[in-house]
Amino acid sequence: MTWSQFWSMGGYAPYVWASYGLALVVFAGNVLAALQRGRTSRRALRRRVRQEEAA
Amino acid sequence: MSMWAWFHRLASPKHFYRIAGRWIPWLTAVCVVLFVVGLYTGLYASPPDYQQGDTIRIMYVHVPAAWLSLFVYVVMAGASAVYLIWRIKLADLVALSSAPIGASFTFLALATGSLWGKPIWFTWWVWDGRLTSELILLFLYLGYMGLRAAIDDRRSAARAGAVLALVGVVNVPIIHYSVEWWATLHQGSTVFRAEGPAIHPSQLLPLLVMGLAFTVFYLTIVLIRARAELLLQERRSAWVREVIDSP
Repeated sequence: MTWSQFWSMGGYAPYVWASYGLALVVFAGNVLAALQRGRTSRRALRRRVRQEEAA
Repeated sequence: MSMWAWFHRLASPKHFYRIAGRWIPWLTAVCVVLFVVGLYTGLYASPPDYQQGDTIRIMYVHVPAAWLSLFVYVVMAGASAVYLIWRIKLADLVALSSAPIGASFTFLALATGSLWGKPIWFTWWVWDGRLTSELILLFLYLGYMGLRAAIDDRRSAARAGAVLALVGVVNVPIIHYSVEWWATLHQGSTVFRAEGPAIHPSQLLPLLVMGLAFTVFYLTIVLIRARAELLLQERRSAWVREVIDSP
C-alpha cells in the first residue's frame, strides 16, 4: 500500500479522517481540561493559604 | 491486607490521593501503548471491509466511544449510589469527575456515527431507537453537569446529581437493546452478544485494543480530575496543606 492509497481510504477519506480528527480533538480536550482542573484547584488553595497567613 | 481493608484505605482521601498519583503515570504508559497498537492495526494492518470498504475503520473509534459513553455512565450511577447509601464523599467526586468525560465520548459516538452513516446509510441522522436514546444520554450528562453547577451548596448539589444519575440509568439498557426492540438502520450487537462476537479476528483485534485504550484513558483522566476535586474538598486537612506546599 502506498501513502496516497493510505490517505485516500478507498475514496472515503473525508468520513474516515474526520472521525479520527474529531477523536483527536476529544482526547486532547479531555487531557487539557483535566490538567487545567488540577492547576486551578492547586492555585485556588495556595491563594487561600496566603490569605489566611496574611490575616 | 484483606480486600475490604484495602478498599477502606482507598476510600480515605489521603490514601486515594497518593495511590491515584502513583497509578496515573503507569496508566498513561499503558494507554499510549494500546493506542499505538490500536491505531496501527485499525488504520493500516487490517483489511477494508468487503461490504463497507474503508469506512469500517470508523468503527474503531465509534464503537469504543459508544462503549465508553455507557461504561462511564454506569460508573457514574454506581458511584452515585455508593455516595447516597454510604455517604462516601470520594464516590461523589468520581461521579462528578466522570460526567464531562462521559459527555465528550457520547458526543464522539454520535458524531462518528453520523460520519459513518452518511456514506453507508446515505443519511447523517435518523430518529430511531438507538440514535435517539444515545442523544438522550448526552442530555443526561449535560443535565447532570448543569444541575451540579446550578446548586451552590456542595452537599445539596451532590445529592441532587446522584439522584439524577440514578434515575437516568434506565436509559442504559434501553440503548443496548434498542437495536432489538425497534426497527432501525443501526446494526445489531456484534461483540456483546450471547453467541459470542460475530466479527472477523482481523477486525476484532483493533476493536478490542481500541476499546481497552479508551477505557484506560477514561481511568487516567477520571483519576486526575478526582484528585483535583479532592484537594478542594479536603482543603482544611493537614495533608492537603503539605501537598500544596510542595511544588
